[in-house]
Amino acid sequence: MKAKNDDKPWLVRLLNGERTVLAKAISALENETDEASTIISGIYPYIGKALVVGFTGSPGVGKSTLVNSYIAGLCEEGLRVGVIAVDPSSPLSGGAILGDRIRMAAHEHLENVFIRSLASRCHVGGLSRATARIVDVMDAAGMDVVVIETVGAGQSEVEIAEIAHTKVVVCSPGLGDDIQAIKAGILEIADILVVNKCDLPLAAHTVRQLKSMLSLRDESPEWSTPVVSTSALEGTGVVELTEIIKNHEKMSSNKKEGYGKGKPQQRVLRLLANSAADEIKKALLQDKSEEISTICDAVLKGEMIFSDAIQRLIKGSLPCKQ
Amino acid sequence: MIEEKTTKEAFKPRVLVTKIGLDGHDRGSRIIAAWLRDAGMEVIYTAPWQEISTVVKLVQEEDVDVIGLSSLATDHLLVPKLMTALSEVGYQHVKVVVGGIVPDADELMLLDAGVSKVFHTGSAKNDVIEAIGALANKARNSSSSITFN
Repeated sequence: MKAKNDDKPWLVRLLNGERTVLAKAISALENETDEASTIISGIYPYIGKALVVGFTGSPGVGKSTLVNSYIAGLCEEGLRVGVIAVDPSSPLSGGAILGDRIRMAAHEHLENVFIRSLASRCHVGGLSRATARIVDVMDAAGMDVVVIETVGAGQSEVEIAEIAHTKVVVCSPGLGDDIQAIKAGILEIADILVVNKCDLPLAAHTVRQLKSMLSLRDESPEWSTPVVSTSALEGTGVVELTEIIKNHEKMSSNKKEGYGKGKPQQRVLRLLANSAADEIKKALLQDKSEEISTICDAVLKGEMIFSDAIQRLIKGSLPCKQ
Repeated sequence: MIEEKTTKEAFKPRVLVTKIGLDGHDRGSRIIAAWLRDAGMEVIYTAPWQEISTVVKLVQEEDVDVIGLSSLATDHLLVPKLMTALSEVGYQHVKVVVGGIVPDADELMLLDAGVSKVFHTGSAKNDVIEAIGALANKARNSSSSITFN
């Protein structure tokens, strides 16, 4: 988007899509430096154009490889693509190995593609807590599509639903019996279900299971969740998937309510609540006070029930009291 | 171990562990990647056989502080080209270390080209971690090319 005359030099460079400025801005947001709020208020007038597509699913189902095939098609159309690939941080050391780029090597040299690896930094939910902000800055830098790949998510890492327009949930063949498919959680947030590795046996069976799971749901008038078979390795089904993502985009842009479910303010509130919960947890775990050990003791001996103990912890140990 | 702050995230060194050239022996780089992860760093790990231009783009996008190059079969001879490519895009502040099989005679050549440190076989785990952590701090402090204000 065109910069205004009174925009700061860094903002002009960012809006022009300069790689180095975008990368530094992402670092500032990720590290929550003092510059972060300047960046956010600077880019705020310029956001809201990019299509945000989330890929989630269990570890090893082929998310990165599928994203690689998906962005290939977008590049052919001449679109600018930003990719945010989140990998888990170690809960023990805080370190991380970020290896999603390995599977995206076919396109990472292209000028139109900007890939950034993020560590989850022990934020639960499948993303890192700065992810939504990083989507915005990529959007401002002129990305037509921002693809988010979550941490290999379990059954309830559904934070991606807050951020992405279109949620693609990737499964691989043989995900379990049909009871797994009707359990609550990640399958519920899918706008599109993908059975990847469809060259493997059992793929057709998994597609049938997912379809029968979907048939038990209440139908939405605007969108019925499709099940797509892909083989990211062989490239089958990717064109179809790209087309379906586009159709979903059209459908949701007709509704004109911004990305994610619900209003933007509620989305921010949910993200804040999640981050506040992280902080409270950290503070409680570091708290060595007498009161905490009394409460733990009482719960252990059965003198205090869980819900009472929680009330006392929340009231007594909010980080803001310090 | 990196110190944790309660409100803001602590500084996490970002280190790229990669291999340029045609050699595919990646066991060493994987071990180093795991060591650095266990020391609390964020490691961007790539497959071997990277081209220099790809490494430069990756360094820019990932905003890394240190590049660790593993070389076991003369790929270290390509490192001066990488150093030139980095300074061409204004990324001299990023520290580069080379580890693996590097003949003594070549070490000086690498240091002359701007490499910060060469780790030979048998380097101790703690030495590697400490050196890379210190270089990451130095790189982060000297990178002020872009300010947001």
